[in-house]
Amino acid sequence: MARRYDSRTTTFSPEGRLFQVEYALESVNHAGTCIGLHTENGILLASEKKIMSKLLEQSSTPEKLWKIDQHIVAAIAGLNADAMILINFARVIAGRYRARYGTLIPVENLVQELSDHKQGYTQFGGLRPYGVAFLFAGCDGRNGFQLYHSEPSGNYSAWKAAAIGASHQAARSMLKTDFTEGLSIDEAKSVACKVLQKTMDCVNLTSDKVEMFYLTRNKDTGEVFTQTLSL
Amino acid sequence: MDVVFGFVGYDFAVLVADRAATQQIIVQKLDEDKIVELDSTKIMALSGPKGDCVAFGEYLRANVRLYRLKYGHELDVSATAHYARNELAEALRSGPYQVNCLLAGFDKLKNEPELHFMDYLATCHRVNTGGHGYGGMFCLSLFDKHWVPNMSRAQAMDLVDLCVGEVCERLVTAPTDYLVKIVDKNGCETIVYDATDRLKKRRDLMADVAARMASMN
Repeated sequence: MARRYDSRTTTFSPEGRLFQVEYALESVNHAGTCIGLHTENGILLASEKKIMSKLLEQSSTPEKLWKIDQHIVAAIAGLNADAMILINFARVIAGRYRARYGTLIPVENLVQELSDHKQGYTQFGGLRPYGVAFLFAGCDGRNGFQLYHSEPSGNYSAWKAAAIGASHQAARSMLKTDFTEGLSIDEAKSVACKVLQKTMDCVNLTSDKVEMFYLTRNKDTGEVFTQTLSL
Repeated sequence: MDVVFGFVGYDFAVLVADRAATQQIIVQKLDEDKIVELDSTKIMALSGPKGDCVAFGEYLRANVRLYRLKYGHELDVSATAHYARNELAEALRSGPYQVNCLLAGFDKLKNEPELHFMDYLATCHRVNTGGHGYGGMFCLSLFDKHWVPNMSRAQAMDLVDLCVGEVCERLVTAPTDYLVKIVDKNGCETIVYDATDRLKKRRDLMADVAARMASMN
């Protein structure tokens, strides 16, 4: 039955569903887990780094966490190649805004524009949707620190703590119990590690399996910056 | 020969423009509004050929509104200035808008008033005081002497009186009718300014004060 309605992205099934979009969401659910949470003065993003093979060269470049602009970082879950296209697209949006208005792009503007772009692929024929979900952490003068989740369907939403990728449901329910507002960075790290360890189902959580970004503000100058954390 | 000037005060910014629309030596109308209200907290005075001023003013206003509709929040004053400058710079290389502008606004995030000076060559500076045209030039020296930071509204109107007085006294084609627009966090207030009447009242007041001083001595 399904076969008749999922060969084109633009065709609704009789139940009113878009199968291609749901398959794209499925590809996200197979990727390594990423979680993001607000802390008292910033946002922590943490993600699982899948180690494919011992023979693979460990590169120094990050796999799951990317800087979009001075004040925005993104965590990705899904098809890596698709993600790179969208990361580049997001950087272009941010850069274009800077050139046009002379200030850093407000975080929601960026997420909105990127989501509009993603939505296009669920409506126009002949192309498949991007198989990537994002967690965007950012800071601007209007809304302070913000954490957004953006899906292949083009939906986006703001969160206090969020999880995407494999076993994100388990991660979300853990965050629901363990997350409180105003965590210090150390507390946030331990919550993140606890959640990741459960979702990764490995005995030892080692630093080469986890990437962490912390987006925070300089206390004196108010300048927003990111730093890479280790376990 | 437009007279356009403006400055910032304690929690507001003032723009003043004359109301005469002229074409070479012909006065076409005397109730022109040269200060466009881009949104509730941003106003822009435009000087130059009327067609260019209207086209550029409306274009900017439309884009500022579009931004608000699209993203659900207002564009900052400095971002608006940067955007307007970019548009002027692009236009400069392809049939320019021959407009000189002053953009005044109140930035709600930083909680302070701003004034940006722009000319048709796409110069853009954030300033405390500024003016365009011959009238504006007379005002500059008055600003140097009389503008101080954090002026009250009463002080601001005194400074406007001084500037308009100087323009009326020295400029050969000085207009008599002006619009004063004051923008603050609550919005924009428009004052219709009749120079003849206002300056006469001011002279009378000065004479009265002088007479009292003399009688006290």
